[in-house]
Amino acid sequence: MANIIALVTGLIFGFGLAISGMTHTEIVLGFLDVTGQWNTSLLFVLGGAVSVTVTSFYFIRKLTKPIFVDKFVVTEANEIDRPLVIGSALFGIGWGISGYCPGPAIALLAVPNWELLAFLPSMLFGYALYWYLPGHRTQKVGAAATKSKEAAQPTCG
Amino acid sequence: MVNALLGGVLIGVAATLFFWLNGRIAGISSVIVTVLFTKDRLWPVLFIIGIVAGSAIFYALGGSAPIPRSSFPSWLLILAGVLVGYGTALARGCTSGHGVCGLGRLSLRSLVATLTFLSVGLLTTFIVRHIFGVI
Repeated sequence: MANIIALVTGLIFGFGLAISGMTHTEIVLGFLDVTGQWNTSLLFVLGGAVSVTVTSFYFIRKLTKPIFVDKFVVTEANEIDRPLVIGSALFGIGWGISGYCPGPAIALLAVPNWELLAFLPSMLFGYALYWYLPGHRTQKVGAAATKSKEAAQPTCG
Repeated sequence: MVNALLGGVLIGVAATLFFWLNGRIAGISSVIVTVLFTKDRLWPVLFIIGIVAGSAIFYALGGSAPIPRSSFPSWLLILAGVLVGYGTALARGCTSGHGVCGLGRLSLRSLVATLTFLSVGLLTTFIVRHIFGVI
């Protein structure tokens, strides 16, 4: 059942990403470029999404377990550390250059173009760089979060 | 604006269902890392297939597909790709994991991450567009 849920929620997520306009770099960069004609779409996307999650997560977090699996997989990390800030800054540079973040890049696979051909493999290479360079998988956040095998997985947030 | 808001709400609904039913944070970067480098592959593959299919449905229904920039330098897209992949892995989250879900659960880490990539993104776009003149 959990696998069907993954497929269906992905479907809603992908439709939402596409209709939101976030696969259009001119809209994303039109937001990030505050000079000239400022495009506020991204604020509505983020605002719409967060107003839903703030409300729903408040109730979900009171539950002892999720519906179809045994436990919640959420990091307990709450430190503001260097990897968090440096990683987010590097992401910001890449996002600000290209107008792509990971979700829209995946959604764009439905209508691929030459930009995606350059961006997506490079992004996957970036993930591989992180994964195979020494040191990162044992970084404190993951180790402190859980001692299980899941510690190696970056549970976001 | 209506489409942006509707899209945002749908993303929020998807993140809600995923957390409530499957107990996980719908963060795209962590889903990609899970599918690429761990043995727990089925659910993230299905989630990614879902994203592509959902997006395909929108474009099949007549949504306008993005038009690629003909003169944008490919090396900049390659550099940006590496930075986005490496950066979101290091920060353990991107716009969805830290932005949509992390802010949703009022995580201070996610707030710092979101403010960091937003402000650095603003600055970078300014430099790329207005100092180097690349559009």
